[in-house]
Amino acid sequence: MRRIVISPVLREILRPIGQIIIFVSGSGVILSALLLLVAFFLRGSAVDQATLEHNKMGILAYTLVNLPQVLIDGVTIGFVYAAIALGYTMVYGVLEFINFAHSEIFAIGAFVGVEILIALDTAGKLAGLPIWGAYAMVIIAMIAGMAAAGGMAMLMEFVAYRPLRGAPRLVPLISAIGVSFFLQDAIRLTESLTTGQFNRIFPTFGNFSERVSLVKLGLAGQVVDVNIQNKSIMVIMAAVLMLVGLNYLVNATRVGKAIRSVAQDRPTASLMGINVNRVISLTFLIGGALGGAAGLLYALKFTKIDPFIGFFPGLKAFTAAVLGGIGNITGALLGGIVLGMLETFAGSYLSVFTMGAAGAEYKDILAFAILILVLIFRPSGLLGQQVGQKA
Amino acid sequence: MSKKIFFVLSIIVIVSMLSAGCAGQAKGTIKIATQTPLSGALSNVGSDMKNGAQLALEQLKGPLEKMGFTVELAPYDDQATPDTGVANAKNIVADPAILCIVGHYNSGVQIPSSEEYHTAGLANVSPANTNPTVTERGYKEVSRVCGRDDVQGAVGAQFANAKGLKSAYVIHDKTTYGQGIAEYFKREAENLGIQVLGFDGTEEKANFDAILSPVLAANPQVIYFGGMYDQAALLFKQAREKGFQGMFLSDDGFDSSDAAKIGGDPLLQGAGTYFSTVSGPASEYPGTAKFIQDFKAKFGHDPQPFAAQSYDSMHICLVAIENAAKAAGNKMPTRAAVTDGVRALKDFQGITGTLNFNSKGDLVKAKYFVIQVSSSDPAKWSENKISQTLELAPPQ
Repeated sequence: MRRIVISPVLREILRPIGQIIIFVSGSGVILSALLLLVAFFLRGSAVDQATLEHNKMGILAYTLVNLPQVLIDGVTIGFVYAAIALGYTMVYGVLEFINFAHSEIFAIGAFVGVEILIALDTAGKLAGLPIWGAYAMVIIAMIAGMAAAGGMAMLMEFVAYRPLRGAPRLVPLISAIGVSFFLQDAIRLTESLTTGQFNRIFPTFGNFSERVSLVKLGLAGQVVDVNIQNKSIMVIMAAVLMLVGLNYLVNATRVGKAIRSVAQDRPTASLMGINVNRVISLTFLIGGALGGAAGLLYALKFTKIDPFIGFFPGLKAFTAAVLGGIGNITGALLGGIVLGMLETFAGSYLSVFTMGAAGAEYKDILAFAILILVLIFRPSGLLGQQVGQKA
Repeated sequence: MSKKIFFVLSIIVIVSMLSAGCAGQAKGTIKIATQTPLSGALSNVGSDMKNGAQLALEQLKGPLEKMGFTVELAPYDDQATPDTGVANAKNIVADPAILCIVGHYNSGVQIPSSEEYHTAGLANVSPANTNPTVTERGYKEVSRVCGRDDVQGAVGAQFANAKGLKSAYVIHDKTTYGQGIAEYFKREAENLGIQVLGFDGTEEKANFDAILSPVLAANPQVIYFGGMYDQAALLFKQAREKGFQGMFLSDDGFDSSDAAKIGGDPLLQGAGTYFSTVSGPASEYPGTAKFIQDFKAKFGHDPQPFAAQSYDSMHICLVAIENAAKAAGNKMPTRAAVTDGVRALKDFQGITGTLNFNSKGDLVKAKYFVIQVSSSDPAKWSENKISQTLELAPPQ
């Protein structure tokens, strides 16, 4: 009896960690292998000559030497996309519509967190903090951002989506786009009334920008120092925690059971005594809070935010959710990682492989071309078949 | 109740419209428009361009008012986007009271917008647009009080060469302005024997990880960015954090105190950050001491770059209108007369120097600067060190 009670809990914690390891290493290995294959066939070509001239090494060596760093960058941005994609996928799972305003929820999380840190910085509270203090401050800012973003998501559901429940599917979609524009300009208005600034900068403190050397590899006759920024480690750790926590919440708790049942069949769930409105509000609260946390992580990593910051990450995360199979939490994770890696691979190698003809500016073309291919051959996304798991 | 409010409101509207109509004195109202980014990522510079023009209008409208005209500023926000600029331009052209335009920060916005001004025969004095196409089209309506990118890009390359740099990696923002100046930099750099290791465009605003990996692999001595400060400063910062120790070089789009705010200390590390510009710090010009004082008194901060140029552009508009009005017997001048009046000015005494236009609308001699970023404090941006000052003629 006891084993049956405990083991699902442990399983729900260990399973996503296992999935993360499999997805990261799997997509890393597959993409690297493809890349090296291309580089291998380009040996001796004009591309090889050009690389030799500019970088003093052949195309294959160049690819190999840069690969570890590119993988790390790709995984970092991939986890950010995955964290945002969770919000899209949860709302889709429960209400079957795309909440396009999620990108602004992301921006609100970033703004609230960064404004708090800027206020602390101007008050002189951030200078000279010990390392643990700096991390504590970022976590406090992140929790504030999560609260604001989650609250705003709930409010948004109450004001803009709940009255439209039961309307044709396009109606809440249009409403979501309207909310998205409204929130963008509301942030812009608030910022210009209070600070008069458009660009806000994540204050410099702590040791977030320092790099940790992971390993020194001997590749292609060179010693390659593979290193990672402290803030990238923090982004990855936070995203993994969020993914595991959400997975546990949805699959191993009573609340999660309620969410899953509402996702499967709303009228029946309501007949079973589940308060459907409350569950939907909760879904928005959780999705919004995760989006807000992702916003602060994004601000920490890339340091500059502005009121329109949500648009591109939002679009990418939406793509990631569709790529992985929308409505599926594991799918969002896989989609985020794959998209982040693809984009970074394309951005890093396209200009070298094409001798500058198609530079990093075309990185999104490759990423979205893959999306189209996946949708042609697997319309429900990479992991779309597990309908029962959607939530 | 609501009917009552509606009634009161409509009375207010009618009265205010009537009074607005009466306010124009016997000879009518002359409006001068500004078009700059007042909102969005580039509003920091764009707002001060409007402020500079506003200051000029308030200080120098006396002669026209004595002639019996009411002179007003009509500020427009082009949001640094071409479509908004063109939409505004259509509105501006449709308002017969507007006789002159001070405008545009971005060449990519000025070029399509000025097609509208050209069709309507409306004079446009540009304080900041440096792309060659701005004047190369030969429109007599378009003149500028700043230098050109084909010269400025070359100045940047010559500076890198003088510093003994042998390799460069060029990145631009894919706008008319940024890509244009990056190409001029590349051309001159190659002429001088600097190896250009790569030439890449990006619209990315936050995550430069991917574009930076080939840059760092090529390990150039200088990274050149053609574009605006909001992208450039962040790209430089991320490159430094990734371990790049060489020099950063950019263009007049980098010239904003926000660059220091965004880039911070990494700009000062390694071989430092430099930018070429057509607009030196306001204190660099002979006649700007009073301008800086007045500007600070009115707006509470040091003027951003191009504010002094906007002041001069507005001054040119006012004088051209005044001359045209005199020629028309103290009546409201036509747009065509104002357009001719701008080019007819000889040895115009502006605060940025003595200005003369050639037949294309370029300055006969324009100033170019190379400036070193010397503090990461945005408040000290105007104290940046000038490395080089040149006075060059535009190519024929």
